[in-house]
Amino acid sequence: MIEVRDVVKEYAGTRVLGPVDLTLPAGGVTALVGPNGAGKSTLLGIVGRLLPATRGSVSIDGHDVASTPSSALAKVVAILRQENHFVTRLTVRQLVSFGRFPHSRGRLTAADHEVVDRALGFLDLTDLQERFLDSLSGGQRQRAYVAMVLAQDTDYLLLDEPLNNLDMRHAVAIMTQLRRAADELGKTVVVVVHDVNFASAYADHVVAMRDGLVVQSGPPLELMTEERLGEVFDTPVQVRRDGPYPVAVYYR
Amino acid sequence: MADSLVRRRRPARGGPDADADAAPRRTRPGLRIAVVGVVALVAVLAVLTYDIGPEVGSRGFWLVVEFRVVSVVTLVLVGICQAVATVVFQTATSNRILTPSIMGFEAMYVLMQTALVFFLGAEAMAATDGVLKVFVQSALMVGLATLLYSWLFAGRRGDLHTTLLVGVVLGLGFASLSTFMQRLLTPGEFDVLAARLFGNLSNSDEDYLPYAWVVVAVALALLWRRRHRLDVLGLGRDSATSLGLSHKREVLVALVLTAVLISVSTTLVGPLTFLGFVVAILSYQLAGSAEHRFVLPFASLLGIAMLAVGYFVLHHVFYAGGLLSVVLELGGGLFFLIYLLRRGTL
Repeated sequence: MIEVRDVVKEYAGTRVLGPVDLTLPAGGVTALVGPNGAGKSTLLGIVGRLLPATRGSVSIDGHDVASTPSSALAKVVAILRQENHFVTRLTVRQLVSFGRFPHSRGRLTAADHEVVDRALGFLDLTDLQERFLDSLSGGQRQRAYVAMVLAQDTDYLLLDEPLNNLDMRHAVAIMTQLRRAADELGKTVVVVVHDVNFASAYADHVVAMRDGLVVQSGPPLELMTEERLGEVFDTPVQVRRDGPYPVAVYYR
Repeated sequence: MADSLVRRRRPARGGPDADADAAPRRTRPGLRIAVVGVVALVAVLAVLTYDIGPEVGSRGFWLVVEFRVVSVVTLVLVGICQAVATVVFQTATSNRILTPSIMGFEAMYVLMQTALVFFLGAEAMAATDGVLKVFVQSALMVGLATLLYSWLFAGRRGDLHTTLLVGVVLGLGFASLSTFMQRLLTPGEFDVLAARLFGNLSNSDEDYLPYAWVVVAVALALLWRRRHRLDVLGLGRDSATSLGLSHKREVLVALVLTAVLISVSTTLVGPLTFLGFVVAILSYQLAGSAEHRFVLPFASLLGIAMLAVGYFVLHHVFYAGGLLSVVLELGGGLFFLIYLLRRGTL
């Protein structure tokens, strides 16, 4: 369970987030949605202890994020930011192996290699494992990053817009694999997505944010109404309910 | 150099188009290190024994060798310091352009030397010579550099462009201040000072060498213990934190150790701006692995090899021994510009 208590983030006196009080259940896929600048990435960054909160506290499975040593927390939660730019030239396998660092401190055992193999297999990267990251397409690279956080083998996975710049096929593939990680491996996945329809199709729980505040938290069906979506995104939306899950139509 | 021997591409498995992208499965970083090691060893031995008048094995021969050992030991120490410091600095700051020297570190040394002569006179320079002064000097440099770098990189404003600008401006500021003070010196004092400021392998202080070795050995041991952490640090702040590294602390430790290594090198032979940069960039390309356990030894040996080859060529081919640093700066500076222009961005 992730508990966010009274969290506020300010930059030079300007409040960009909060106060946020939020409880995310353990297990399943939780989607963070909202317009640009709503504070989704900031909130995720604070939960993943990449950003310090100005006020308030976050605990993951009872570990207080601000006071638990980073190395201990790295076995509980893994976070993937939106932009990943590495100066070192790495192969896919080398990158994914870094996911084992919290457990092995750099000396990989046979068990670690096995976990890496499984993470690679899970994301269909086995054939690409010796390729350099800079020789991959955006979708393949994104999968490699996800494989790295999977190899970290934490109960909680936080991903900031993993679908960014991906085409349909790859976006669906990533979401399917995150869904599988939750269902088959028992992970708690928290993911920031831009497109509410992905949240509607894949998430168990949706948190909608606007202007730095949480405006709704609950199952996707509650959010997927024309009224609620219109409020959150400030744009006219039609919701079609003739498929397996509601779909927001907002393109024109 | 002999590195080209091991750079051959292995035939790629699986499809003709996989050719360019597939990483060779075994790039053999160990072998590559061995090759640079041999080159470095040969170059060092050549510097030590080439063109000695007296017959090999005679008493005269050993006297000359003994005389040259000081230069060679200094050369080895400087090569290691510059190479390791630059690689670690670039890892800690997640960049491949800035080096401690470009960040005005050595301008600080020049300023300190100049200030000493300016305020206390040329006699003070000679009178205070000794191990104690060297230590005070190094401690001051390490302290100042640590303050500066940790403020720049570990602070909130840690972006590359600001840092570069601040570093270059500070370096210029130190240099102008030094120039100003140098203008006001008497010619005699200036002469004493200038002799100190030219990077020169025969500048080094024999008494200081054993202490320098101890300091460098401790710094290297600490870095070697952190080699895996350095790999993670190279992924940048967010990824390193997610993997459980205390990013701020690790960066600070890396920068302090960098400062220690550079201060040893600078105290021994004076400023060398581009050597570290050239060695680091070539090492990333040629070491065959991005892991620090390969890059650090490779870079150290390459640094030694480059210094030794340069020293040998200048001494025995061009008979211009004192000019080594000038040539290194010219060549290194050109390399830096070409690299920057070809990359097109910071």
